[in-house]
Amino acid sequence: MRTPGVRVADVADATRVRTRRGLFHPATRERILWGYLMVAPMLLGLLVFYIWPVVQTFYYSFTRWGAFGGSTWTGLDNYSTLIHDPDFGLALRNTALYTVFSVPISIALSIVVATLLNQRIRGVTIYRTLYFLPVVTMPAAIGMMWKWLYEGDYGLINSILRALHIHGPNWTTDSHTALIAVIIVGIWSTVGYNMVLFLAGLQAIPGTYYEAAQIDGAGPLSRFFRITMPLLTPTIFFALVIAFINAFQVFDIIYMMIGAPDNPGPAIDGVKSIVYLFYDHAFHLNDKGYAASIVMVMFAMLLAFTAFQLWFQRRWVHYE
Amino acid sequence: MISLKAMRSVRPSTLAIHAALLVGAIVMVGPYIWMLLTSFKTATEVVKVPPTILPDHFQWGNYGDVLSLLSFKYLYWNTAFMTVGRTLGQLLFCSLAAYAFARIRFPGHNVLFVLFLSVLMVPFQVFIIPQYIIMQHLGWIDTMKALIVPGMFSAFGTFLLRQFFMSLPRELEEAARLDGANHFQIYWRIMLPLAKPGLIAVAILTILWSWNDFLWPLVVINSGGKLPIAPGLALLQGQHSTEYQILMAGAVLATWPTVLVFVLLQRHFVEGIALTGTKG
Repeated sequence: MRTPGVRVADVADATRVRTRRGLFHPATRERILWGYLMVAPMLLGLLVFYIWPVVQTFYYSFTRWGAFGGSTWTGLDNYSTLIHDPDFGLALRNTALYTVFSVPISIALSIVVATLLNQRIRGVTIYRTLYFLPVVTMPAAIGMMWKWLYEGDYGLINSILRALHIHGPNWTTDSHTALIAVIIVGIWSTVGYNMVLFLAGLQAIPGTYYEAAQIDGAGPLSRFFRITMPLLTPTIFFALVIAFINAFQVFDIIYMMIGAPDNPGPAIDGVKSIVYLFYDHAFHLNDKGYAASIVMVMFAMLLAFTAFQLWFQRRWVHYE
Repeated sequence: MISLKAMRSVRPSTLAIHAALLVGAIVMVGPYIWMLLTSFKTATEVVKVPPTILPDHFQWGNYGDVLSLLSFKYLYWNTAFMTVGRTLGQLLFCSLAAYAFARIRFPGHNVLFVLFLSVLMVPFQVFIIPQYIIMQHLGWIDTMKALIVPGMFSAFGTFLLRQFFMSLPRELEEAARLDGANHFQIYWRIMLPLAKPGLIAVAILTILWSWNDFLWPLVVINSGGKLPIAPGLALLQGQHSTEYQILMAGAVLATWPTVLVFVLLQRHFVEGIALTGTKG
């Protein structure tokens, strides 16, 4: 039996108060033991499946894989091949174009939608539900759905264009339009997610600011650009970072809409992304060393861009 | 919120707002409606020019075809099993670690927490090749274990719940501590019930991610009967690339569960996303 005095010390323990007892006090040891025990399963899982694999992938990126397993150290060969690989150049270009167009347009549209939904109007919940639907829909199904909409002869989009006397292209098989088709789907499927972020951001802006601006005679547009936008910049920053990372990893909709590596469509070169190239090399061409170097380069680019955004935010993000 | 007087002056534009939102809503929902309508058409009606909007005659048979073609029954079961396994695993392991990080001081907890956070920075493709090789070594390729086990661990879920635990008041724990409860008892009896909103957010995000997961199952599952639904759709499309009525029926069968769950639990979804947005 412990004395009540010790128990009070235990309470101090559980709270933020720093204890001055040594590491070998029974209660301290028990506390430490519980700490390790409770972290252990997650730590083990993360070490095996997530943390150590980063080291392994990095190592693999310096190796070449034989046809029957086994790998040999080839130093920087994969990286020097990568620089001259026209496919990697294409993938980089396509991914960059996809990101540069889909991310800002999606964020701009979602700010507009969120602003409209933040007015006192009826049916906000219904609109929000409808705009959010693509976020809960599996990308594979979204790809199929849109492939059918884009179909050259019988698809809904070209049927509507035909009614307007416009001859629509074969969206997903024409290399001039395939990337545009994928970008449109990318925007369509992310507007809802960003909209929810911006709605939360808008609702955090105190109404008194608007009332004050109203008294000063500011119109709706100047209220939007002078109050709403500056106060929304922290949310815009967050949405930008997340959307950027996600867009850079575009894969599912390309696989479903344009073509799988074992059956690539005619327009695949105009669309294939970095992750698509990675998947192709890792699990179709079975060139896992090269695939590892592709994904390491992507990782490095994402880190660099995120670091840049973190640095650059000081110039445009207003924190209250 | 805008004052009442301001609202009145804006009134005429309410109509314009609705018009804009309605156009957007049609663009958002149109593809779903077209998918649904196509899934009920016959093969000949699908390729009609100009297209019919409503099917001449509702072809429920398309759904029967998909169910028998891909044995969707098994795909559902595989997806559900995978989703439940991953979600239960994450709820348990994430909350245990999150409690320890939020409430117990032990040597190295800062280093470990930073290690956990660093995992969040890494795009998941970086993990895939080594994970695949681990699955090969364990002989787990083409098994449910390969689908479930790596997905039971999440640095993100741990981080989210840790933030949630940090925001909870400590008074109840202190009382339990006085009564001689140990850390596990406090976690299990006091913290978990209090953390319900956080747990629901983690569950929803895990369920959504898991149900729609595409790349990992594509990599570790080779036989059609063991696939979850998302890569199952790719298989369906590979085999019936031009029979859009069949493909759309498959897409409807694949998407309705998450859509239904979302419509029913909408508030939790939105709160979960907002939670990741404000605290993530």
